Amino acid sequence: MFDIERWQEIFETLSKNKLRTFLTGLSVASGIFILVILLGFSEGIANGVKSQFEQDATNKISVWTGVTTKGYKGLNPGRYIQLKNTNFDAVENAYDDFFEYRTKDYMIWGGTVTYNNETGNYRVRGTMPDNQFIENADIGSGRFISQSDIEETKKVAVIGNKIKTDLFNGEDPINQNIQVFGMNFKVVGVFYDPGGDREEGQVYIPLTTAQKVFNAGENIRNMAFTVKMADNFDEAVAMSNAIALGIEQKVKEIHTVAPDDVSAVRVNNTLEQAQKIYSLIATIRAVFWFVGIGTIIAGIVGVGNIMLIIVKERTKEIGIRKALGALPMSIVGMILQEAVFVTMFSGLFGLIFGLGLLELVGPLIESDFIKYPQVDFNIALTTVFLLVFAGALAGFIPAYRAAMIKPIDALRDE
Amino acid sequence: MIQIKDLHKSYHMGTNSLHVLKGINFDVKEGELVSIMGSSGSGKSTLLNILGMLDEADEGQYILDGVPIKNLNEKIAAQYRNQFLGFIFQSFNLINYKSALDNVSMPLYYKGVKRKERTEKAMHYLEKVGLAQWSHHLPSELSGGQKQRVAIARALASDPKVLLADEPTGALDTKTSYEVMDLIQGINDEGKTILVVTHEDDIAHMTKRIVNLKDGVIIDDSPVEQIRASAHV
Repeated sequence: MFDIERWQEIFETLSKNKLRTFLTGLSVASGIFILVILLGFSEGIANGVKSQFEQDATNKISVWTGVTTKGYKGLNPGRYIQLKNTNFDAVENAYDDFFEYRTKDYMIWGGTVTYNNETGNYRVRGTMPDNQFIENADIGSGRFISQSDIEETKKVAVIGNKIKTDLFNGEDPINQNIQVFGMNFKVVGVFYDPGGDREEGQVYIPLTTAQKVFNAGENIRNMAFTVKMADNFDEAVAMSNAIALGIEQKVKEIHTVAPDDVSAVRVNNTLEQAQKIYSLIATIRAVFWFVGIGTIIAGIVGVGNIMLIIVKERTKEIGIRKALGALPMSIVGMILQEAVFVTMFSGLFGLIFGLGLLELVGPLIESDFIKYPQVDFNIALTTVFLLVFAGALAGFIPAYRAAMIKPIDALRDE
Repeated sequence: MIQIKDLHKSYHMGTNSLHVLKGINFDVKEGELVSIMGSSGSGKSTLLNILGMLDEADEGQYILDGVPIKNLNEKIAAQYRNQFLGFIFQSFNLINYKSALDNVSMPLYYKGVKRKERTEKAMHYLEKVGLAQWSHHLPSELSGGQKQRVAIARALASDPKVLLADEPTGALDTKTSYEVMDLIQGINDEGKTILVVTHEDDIAHMTKRIVNLKDGVIIDDSPVEQIRASAHV
């Protein structure tokens, strides 16, 4: 293998059969290249879908209300169901052991927010401390709403990064006062959210404060909980479904809503969606792998085919070499070493080219559904070696057969 | 140099069996220049292939330079070919993507000679056949006579005991044939044992001994008055 004379012989053969070398290399390089690109994009799509989804906690159950569509127990349809603090307490009491985080919100959709002369319209949301985790909000500076803010109904606000950019013009917003509908709130924190601008265009204030300043009394707009995760994902989904159903029944019972009224009380279980999306991602991955492996198999067949042709084409040459004293194993070795060298070199070339393209083009893709396309380098390298090995195997059989032909038969081959 | 006793060879094609060599006996001494003649199908090429260890006899004895040649596996046959024999073919059998020089150095490569020495030796033999200035040309850039001279240089390169030539002039015109024969005679003059298979009388008469084969047996084996090819060039 490390015989320099052999390598010289191989390089000479390769360089004097440029087209053949090029075609073999091309089929291998393109196979690996396509695989890398496919795997990269499947990863990118998975990342994109995940990030779309992970703007909120994945194990979240949220409860919203609307208008009844069905009469029930003598009550007319068309009633607006208003959630109250007590509803939240009732749900919390019933399922507290299963919950990790809990929040109830009161929100104003279009709140006028002013800092100095800058004004914008943002969602203002009274909330509880746990909401930071339910919304997957990252605190960039300062802090989130705290329990004491709630208890003391402080006029503090946590603003999204978008508002900071919109209103503060590079200033540090912490400890500055903003006006929400003309009322002063002290900014105590800035948050980022994986959901992007839509989520970052929000102002969080303590729920109690919101209820007070917006004259909401005991009213809340929605509530949300996250369920403690069981080790087994399927179990977790089943549990979270059961809890979601229980919450729905409880809230409907309190408000005397028909059990089959889907618009009055809506309970959304993201874990169930998560399961669907994870299985979607798994399907996408499987499809890409399937196509990728198909490409590799096509590449292997291609290499094997080329090896067959090479050996066929070189039968006479093999006969000459044997007549001149070449050992059968040196013939097999020569052909295999050549095949392995070409597939390895072009495989790595395809790999590097594919990875390079992903590196270069990946960041330029502006799609919410494709993010950070990338490939596990080890997986890619493994496929290269697999291809080299398969190519060598595909080449070995005809090479061995050729080496075993009697030189006289090989010489007669025209 | 070569001793052959009662050599038999049959070819089997399906149910048919063709008895090609039916008991060949002959000896070749060192320094001889022997031609093997016969019409096509007489078994002359088969005999040469057996002598060249490219093919194996069914029965009989073959001793080459004191070494009995039998039960050869591919590996040993390859080593013996490299060590004892040089081949010259009718169709030249040069490797078409290698230069004349590289073709000539090929047997040396399989002998394990280092590259530098290989090139020097190959160049020496190319000079000997008068093709030094063509050393870097591919076979496709050479004429038939030149190709055969490259093949002769290649056959000589590993300094074999015996040169085996299978219709060396079969693909050449008369003038070129005589040039090639002149070269072969020159090599023989230096003491190399050479066997030439041919069906051309004039070529056969440029050797020193003619062995006539017919239907797998030797019908005539007699020395001849050698005609120097140089007289015709």
